[in-house]
Amino acid sequence: MLELPRSIHDAVIAHARRDHPDECCGVLPGVDGRVTRIVPMQNAERSPTGFSWESSEVLALHRDMDDRDEEMLVVYHSHTMTEAAPSRTDVRFAVNATGPDVHWLIVSTREEDTTEVRSFLIGTDGEVTEEEVRLLDG
Amino acid sequence: MTVQVKIPTILRSYTGGEKSVEASGETLDAVFSDLESRHSGLKARLVAEGGGLHKFVNIYVDDEDVRFLGGLEAPVKDGQTVTILPAVAGG
Repeated sequence: MLELPRSIHDAVIAHARRDHPDECCGVLPGVDGRVTRIVPMQNAERSPTGFSWESSEVLALHRDMDDRDEEMLVVYHSHTMTEAAPSRTDVRFAVNATGPDVHWLIVSTREEDTTEVRSFLIGTDGEVTEEEVRLLDG
Repeated sequence: MTVQVKIPTILRSYTGGEKSVEASGETLDAVFSDLESRHSGLKARLVAEGGGLHKFVNIYVDDEDVRFLGGLEAPVKDGQTVTILPAVAGG
């Protein structure tokens, strides 16, 4: 289960809507398994079908998280034409780059009126497990 | 040449949980080979089969991405820090 402060959940959706039709992406750092803030990242590809991060921004992000004793708890991004479920590329990067403990939060903005928000854990063997997203006050 | 190498969470299984380890070498490639001698399997997570850097990691010498410093041939100096971070992307 992923517990998210409602304000951060809403900020992720706002970011996805703002960058639509390109994919948005970012990180939710946290302490002791609790999400503390949202760090929107630039999508270096500015693309409706993929995202990646500039290496300088990645270094700055990790230094900032280290200074705050935070971990990268959640990686979020949007799908702008398809459902909010991991693509094959997402799974490959989850297996090889983030590991099984990082939550993959995906937002779909393909419908104008409703925004699908789903979260997944992706095992080292590439097995995808959807988990509940529970909103917390705040 | 002794450098500190910062290890990301996903690769700490190779370093017994250590966040930072020491290594020596005059180039990034030599540093990785030295690491491999004590942390078997780590180099294959950093260097792809074709010989280039893996796309799943970003590697920096101090503040500079090594892709701009000659990749595996990037020189390292005593006291510098090599930082390995996950390179996240998706579709």
